[in-house]
Amino acid sequence: MFVCDARKDEKRGVKHEAEKTLIELKNAGFTYGGREILSEMTLQLQPGSFHFLTGPSGSGKTTLLNLCYQALLPTTGMVRVFEQDVRAMTRDDIARVRRRIGVVHQNCQFLDHLSVRENLALPLAVSGRDDDLHPSNVDDLLGWVGLTERGDALPPELSGGERQRAALARAIIMSPDLILADEPTGNVDWEMAQRLLALLVELNKMGKTILIATHDLNLIRTVKSEVSARVLRISNSKLQLAGADL
Amino acid sequence: MERLRSLMDIFNGDGNADRVVPPSGFTARLTSFTAASMAFLAVFALALSLATGRLAARWDAELARTSTIRISAPEGQMAAQSEAVLEVLRTTPGISSARVMSDAEQRKLLEPWFGPDLPLDTLPVPRLIEVLEEGRGPDAAGLKLRLAAEAPGAVLDDHTRWRRPLVNAAMRLRILGVVSMLLIAGSTAAMITLAAQSALAANGQVISVLRLIGARDVYIARAFVRRFTLRALIGACVGTGLAIIGVLFMPAAAEEGAFLTGLGFKGWHWILPLLIPPLAACVAFWATRWAAFRTLSRLS
Repeated sequence: MFVCDARKDEKRGVKHEAEKTLIELKNAGFTYGGREILSEMTLQLQPGSFHFLTGPSGSGKTTLLNLCYQALLPTTGMVRVFEQDVRAMTRDDIARVRRRIGVVHQNCQFLDHLSVRENLALPLAVSGRDDDLHPSNVDDLLGWVGLTERGDALPPELSGGERQRAALARAIIMSPDLILADEPTGNVDWEMAQRLLALLVELNKMGKTILIATHDLNLIRTVKSEVSARVLRISNSKLQLAGADL
Repeated sequence: MERLRSLMDIFNGDGNADRVVPPSGFTARLTSFTAASMAFLAVFALALSLATGRLAARWDAELARTSTIRISAPEGQMAAQSEAVLEVLRTTPGISSARVMSDAEQRKLLEPWFGPDLPLDTLPVPRLIEVLEEGRGPDAAGLKLRLAAEAPGAVLDDHTRWRRPLVNAAMRLRILGVVSMLLIAGSTAAMITLAAQSALAANGQVISVLRLIGARDVYIARAFVRRFTLRALIGACVGTGLAIIGVLFMPAAAEEGAFLTGLGFKGWHWILPLLIPPLAACVAFWATRWAAFRTLSRLS
């Protein structure tokens, strides 16, 4: 499988100190339009950990993920990403941090005028890692997510499951330290959902930190035997049952 | 340094950055058309400005070197006063030559007003003496005093009275030309800014995806800036080319046509319109860059 390893970053002079905590929320809250969506969130994501984030629709799972990759800033409390306070980050800092976070959205966003292969290579291109932009690297990744034959297709031509796998492939092409997935199996059948989950478990075994937001408890149970995952639940704007192992 | 690199990237190109923004036909055509139109107008404004500048300089130089003495005297004293005036002028420093204008020359001067068959000998027309000056010219006040003493019917007209308003008018036309060029540059910047903002708004999804995967604002802006700068450059080249052809076909400067026929470029001034396309590209570069960063700063 294709991996942009940390040694390449070191060669480029980019040094990532080994962080003890990738994401840290301390009494973080988020209010929008007078409604308190999240409150008093306290959470730490350690390197190599696997977390599920559950809760009913509208409970704030997506908002929490947005706080984790600085799409939103907390209205109260503190959020630290790779040990940096998000409030102190410049826009360039946020861009650099996002290169270390792979995000898989439920409604996978692609550039519809570019092929799947070009979409996958986009994170490498925008970060200036042109030496990793070798076609074979992208093809390896396409093969890993089972999209070898669909590399030249345009995103609107893909099925829901193919889009989810392509989004996962794009999320990991930079070999990020952290993968945030928001309902990654929301639009696919059970078989495809298991297949996507297996890919995420494989990434976790490679040392990647995973946080998956899902309301599908069956999905969580399927990985019980394969990985030690923690389940976090958002209820009444608050994070509960943190630390409950499956 | 970052900005200089951005400027160089316009011409070096970045295949990836170019491709991330989908083709936008309408804004492309709008930008090119605007740049072409504005460049066309700028060439003529430049030509107007340069022509009026030349005209002002020419009028100033020609009128400053000559003056006229008008003698109004009874028929019997005209010859004597003319001779007295010439004698005064011969001994006045700053005058290279002076001569009494012939009847034919005076008739030609009056022809535009009275027609070709003017009976000059039956009319009480003053005698005119044309004076050519040298160096810094004569002391006008002193000369007037001497003329008053030697030839009471002689009046010195050193052309200052009507030279100044003419030169002032030409200079104001020149300023008008410069202001027109500044307005053209400002309008170009405004229209390209609007077109860029429209393109940025239409590509909200693209920008959102690029930010999600860690693109810096400068990378996103570069894709738009390069596109708009090149469109403006190409449009301005076309507009400038057409305008130069138009200027080439303008009638050459002629005495009878005066100002209107001298509207063109002379000598090294032909280089100036060639600067309009790069200047238009610079305006487009800064306008798009400003619009892009302003729009991006509002997005998460």
